[in-house]
Amino acid sequence: MSGHSGSAETPIVKIRGLHFAHGSRVIFDGIDIDIPRGRVTAIMGPSGTGKTTLLKLIGGQLRPDAGTIEVDGIDVHRLSRRDLFRLRMRMGMLFQSGALLTDIDVFENVAYPLREHTDLPESMIRVLVLMKLEAVGLRGAHDLMPAELSGGMARRVALARAIALDPMMVMYDEPFTGQDPISMGVLAKLIRRLNDAVQITSVLVSHDVEETSAIADLIYVISGGKVVEQGTPDQLSISTSDQVRQFMRGLPDGPMRFHYEALPLVEELLGSGRKP
Amino acid sequence: MLDALARFGRHGMAALERFGRAHLLFLQIVAGITSLLPRPGLLVTQTYSVGVRTLVIVTVSGLFVGMVLALQGYYVLSQFAAEDSLGVMVAASLVRELGPVVTALLFAGRAGSALTAEIGLMKATEQLSGLEMMAVDPVRRILTPRFFAGLISMPVLAALFSAIGALGGYFVGVGLLGVDDGAFWSQMQAKIDWNEDVINGVIKSLVFGLVCTWIALFQGYDSVPTSEGVSRATTRTVVHSALAVLVLDFVLTAMMFGE
Amino acid sequence: MMKIRQVEIAVGAFMAAGLIALFFLAMQVSNLSAFTTGEGYKVSARFDNIGGLKVRSPVAMAGVRLGRVVEIRYDQSSYEALVTMRIESQYDQIPDDTFAKIYTSGLLGEQYIGLDPGGSEEMLADGGEITMTQSALVLEEIVGQFLFSKAEEKGLE
Repeated sequence: MSGHSGSAETPIVKIRGLHFAHGSRVIFDGIDIDIPRGRVTAIMGPSGTGKTTLLKLIGGQLRPDAGTIEVDGIDVHRLSRRDLFRLRMRMGMLFQSGALLTDIDVFENVAYPLREHTDLPESMIRVLVLMKLEAVGLRGAHDLMPAELSGGMARRVALARAIALDPMMVMYDEPFTGQDPISMGVLAKLIRRLNDAVQITSVLVSHDVEETSAIADLIYVISGGKVVEQGTPDQLSISTSDQVRQFMRGLPDGPMRFHYEALPLVEELLGSGRKP
Repeated sequence: MLDALARFGRHGMAALERFGRAHLLFLQIVAGITSLLPRPGLLVTQTYSVGVRTLVIVTVSGLFVGMVLALQGYYVLSQFAAEDSLGVMVAASLVRELGPVVTALLFAGRAGSALTAEIGLMKATEQLSGLEMMAVDPVRRILTPRFFAGLISMPVLAALFSAIGALGGYFVGVGLLGVDDGAFWSQMQAKIDWNEDVINGVIKSLVFGLVCTWIALFQGYDSVPTSEGVSRATTRTVVHSALAVLVLDFVLTAMMFGE
Repeated sequence: MMKIRQVEIAVGAFMAAGLIALFFLAMQVSNLSAFTTGEGYKVSARFDNIGGLKVRSPVAMAGVRLGRVVEIRYDQSSYEALVTMRIESQYDQIPDDTFAKIYTSGLLGEQYIGLDPGGSEEMLADGGEITMTQSALVLEEIVGQFLFSKAEEKGLE
């Protein structure tokens, strides 16, 4: 079980024995994950396995029922609100929808964290914002309102905002979902480039096997509340585990059932009783 | 039977819990004033969208309410040959009751529902989560300025409503119905007391402003982040605000004017 | 930046309009311009019956309002009503033998205290008392007296 990453450095995120339940539905049932520094790590799994929940747990927006999450050696859920906010300044997060503030334009959105957390002069903010927008290729769109952007552009603006404070780590929540192939490719390249150029650790949550395998250094596959496999994309593609093979190749039925748990069809159609 | 009782109990507990959450949120919002003071710009922007945009509906309503009061009052008072008291009747109704109450109801419908929808949509589109992950407290940054904007706007709107209503009453009473100009104003001034009537009206509108804005913000912040959830929260804002205003109006009136 | 300035101007105008409205309510609608509570001096008077007199009823002399009733108490020892009025400080030339009566303004109007000046050299001051008073006319008593006198007339015939 000792990771295949081959890195000797201490992991930037260290998750141990994580348990989390939404009401009666258990989402994580004892998960251990190490996310190495300066790499692109992907957390994959079928929809509904709580991948977004995992990012919210790392960001301290949710509390685990048991277990610990350490980010850069700090236990996230033992922090006071003030210290948690200080830690969050060093983490960026890219939401699925982009989560741009809709009442201000692109420039102000990217400038937002700078204005909130620094006392930089206006001229400095302008330079920084334009540089970040240039990095995502949208400098020309700085005076558009979020409503005028396409989904892919909105995500790139959100990415510029996420890296505005030069964080040590960026978390991407389903960056490829609902994108056309071109913007998917653009985003994948951006993530890889940011990671290589400025050594930002990237944590990627996705169920998009192909794009993710192309850019990830390390992949964790989660299913049924447990980590079922971990390794490099190459290692996973030759994995012998049925679950991993089903997921990586997109087979409709396997250990992960196509059918939501139910009574046998005949019984339900003919029988009178409903499931208690 | 026991099931019904259990369901009743569950609803009761959920309501109590929501009530508690609303109060916690209230405390957080008010505590946020420390981060609002260094940036008055936020308050100005919100006062614009909460107050200035409600101005038209409030002033137009005030004008017509004052005119109708004069019309109705005239027919009643003329039966006792007491038309000279028309000014008092119009001004007392406006300053004590209709100014604060009708303005609060209009405020809940115009500004309150907009606030709920805005906050609810920000929640649904992950903007609030996004702020949290940017290490920005959405309560302090988003809710607090809106709350104080509502608190400031409400008395201003209510005062405008009363003043314009009094002018509307004057146009109809003196201009159309022929009440004596001097009697209209002098009777009004003789009977309406600054402390007892006007200040109490302002206090009422402050309380209504606080409650309406609080309800609107809480409903938005506590809404289920889906389109259905936001639309329900918006409806709840208007209904709860209207009920709260009318009930509180009775309580406040009993406390202020009851002897 | 232009937009922010417009917003600021609009909000400034909004707040100014609110202040103007309050000023209007103070000066034109309410009595703040004519009479502020707190100013003036207090004078009391005892009445056998105050009729419909209320706190805040006007106190007038020669038809001009000089002040208001601020307190009405019942004195258990003398079985009288003790009425305290506040007179505006500018009207400080009221003789201490002034006569206080309770009048009704109009047929159905409210009741007020009318002051008829006496001839004394001494003027009323804060805490002073008007000793000469006349109670309110109670309609039932007047009607009763009227009927009684009619009956007497009949009896004499």
